[in-house]
Amino acid sequence: MPRTIIPFGPQHPVLPEPVHLDLVVEDEKVLEARPSIGFIHRGLEKLVEKKDYVEFVYIAERICGICSFIHGQTYCQAIETIMNVAVPPRALYLRTIWGELSRIHSHLLWLGLMADAMGFESLFMHSWRVRERVLKIIERTTGGRVIFGTCKIGGVRRDISGDALKQMLADLKQIEKDARDITRVFLNDSSVKDRLCGVGVLPRQEAYDLGCVGPMLRASGVVQDMRQLGYAAFKDLDFAPITRTDGDSYARCAVRCEELFQSMDIIRQAAMKIPEGEIAVKVAGNPNGEVLTRTEQPRGEVAYCLKANGSKNLQRFRVRTPTFANLPAMLKLLPGCELADVPVLVLTIDPCISCTER
Amino acid sequence: MTPLPQDQSVEPIPVSALLEKVDALRKQGYRLVQISATRLPDGLELTYSFALEGRLAQFRLHLPDDNPRVPSISSIYWCAFLYENEMHDLFGLAVEGMAVDFKGTFYNTAIKFPFGSTKAPVAKPATTTATSASSAPAPTPPPGSTTATAT
Amino acid sequence: MAYFTMTSLALKWALSRPVTSRYPFEPRRALPGSRGTLMFARDTCVYCTVCAKKCPTGALAVNRAQKKWTIDRLLCITCGYCVEACPKKSLSLGTAHDVPTVTKDRECF
Repeated sequence: MPRTIIPFGPQHPVLPEPVHLDLVVEDEKVLEARPSIGFIHRGLEKLVEKKDYVEFVYIAERICGICSFIHGQTYCQAIETIMNVAVPPRALYLRTIWGELSRIHSHLLWLGLMADAMGFESLFMHSWRVRERVLKIIERTTGGRVIFGTCKIGGVRRDISGDALKQMLADLKQIEKDARDITRVFLNDSSVKDRLCGVGVLPRQEAYDLGCVGPMLRASGVVQDMRQLGYAAFKDLDFAPITRTDGDSYARCAVRCEELFQSMDIIRQAAMKIPEGEIAVKVAGNPNGEVLTRTEQPRGEVAYCLKANGSKNLQRFRVRTPTFANLPAMLKLLPGCELADVPVLVLTIDPCISCTER
Repeated sequence: MTPLPQDQSVEPIPVSALLEKVDALRKQGYRLVQISATRLPDGLELTYSFALEGRLAQFRLHLPDDNPRVPSISSIYWCAFLYENEMHDLFGLAVEGMAVDFKGTFYNTAIKFPFGSTKAPVAKPATTTATSASSAPAPTPPPGSTTATAT
Repeated sequence: MAYFTMTSLALKWALSRPVTSRYPFEPRRALPGSRGTLMFARDTCVYCTVCAKKCPTGALAVNRAQKKWTIDRLLCITCGYCVEACPKKSLSLGTAHDVPTVTKDRECF
């Protein structure tokens, strides 16, 4: 059978962002996948020379639209570690609440895209309908639907009043009901199971060796979640990472579905325990030193390496995003699959290419 | 829940010691977190970070500016080939023996390294408040090479 | 293994009110606190140029000698940094969206 090379991307209906894969195919079976990226490379790491470290929060937030808040939060956290700033506890709780809201919206977005990858358009639309309610909460509390703009070095810029928190919790009840409806379809429907079960099985040791992070790793049975490091308010909150042992696409979908409800639970805990107090401290001076901060984005562990030398601009700003760490797993999973499984496998790592390429 | 400790120390090592140190970490079960390159006025600085359940181990290498070469660790950690291809495409670092070598086509930019200037961009030592964008006078903004402003 | 699990969901939502608003048939109701557009109160401004220095995108330009305050609406990201920086509190973020334009002008006050 002669081999053909089929280009997948950069424009493809299932891809949220452009990535290019050259698939070497022999009669519907993929033999090899060669990636090439760079379509959305904006050189954000080089911008650190032009924008000072205070303004850079806005750039860090705009690395990606889906995981935007946690990028901003991690950047602020890294600078606060270098400069030894003690962030007030109320700000930490607020950051946690917004971070978990960001995770809920990101997982709902992913669920919709996964349904779209399988061709299940109506489920895609329903997932995004549930996401609309989350975006309304976010807009009401932060001012923007996608880019929150609330993190700053030393704390947060906006407060959520007690009434707004109560309204948020009431909205979350409705969101939980809707989310249970759609996750019931995802986890039980026969056509969804046909497309997801047994596709892209990643054994436990291989997932760990390939450097996978986030739900990819947890669905293969490794208990690892950067929220265990106890940043922001997580040291006071009670949660355990969700894992599955099968390691196939269905397990990854199930982990993300369950993380939706876990995030809602974390928000409820944080809303009950949130202390009164100020929301930011004043920060003066320039950072000097270096740090490696890791937090848990919806897609996995993000590592921020910042290096500062006492001037207004940082010397180096390096982001290692979770999709970059999951790409080797995708390249290992693709050979041997059917051509129709390619969209499912590309989406199962939850690709956020604008994060990967900054 | 109690937070896990994160030790931030970075160990500077010579290029020759890289492979055996990385192998020792692999045997203890560490996983690769990231590999990054920073362009300093006196050369290229590489940082390798590994982690095991909250414990971090970081190595630092310093390479000269002309013809920087480093051996690939993708024989030990297969996933490192992506980081090494990225460093090759954006910083011009020659990595020997990558498991999957894209030969410069990983980052599919129209202009390849060094992105418009005749030699590799090097940061001019700047004053504390200056933000000299010292590299690449090309009309299209350089896609990725990160230069450092140093005092 | 369940079959046709979508049926109940699809029927329920076919008969209920949608979550999104039916713009443009309904007017857009902005949520309070949403960051729509930057509003400038000319009377209280002293042209200190702090807002222009703090603006991350360079959308603001203030001329102290000629007492001119201009904004490029297309560059403004409504981050609110200038609102926090203004010592005379002449700037505020309103909830209405910016009006679409066909030319790239600066708005002068």
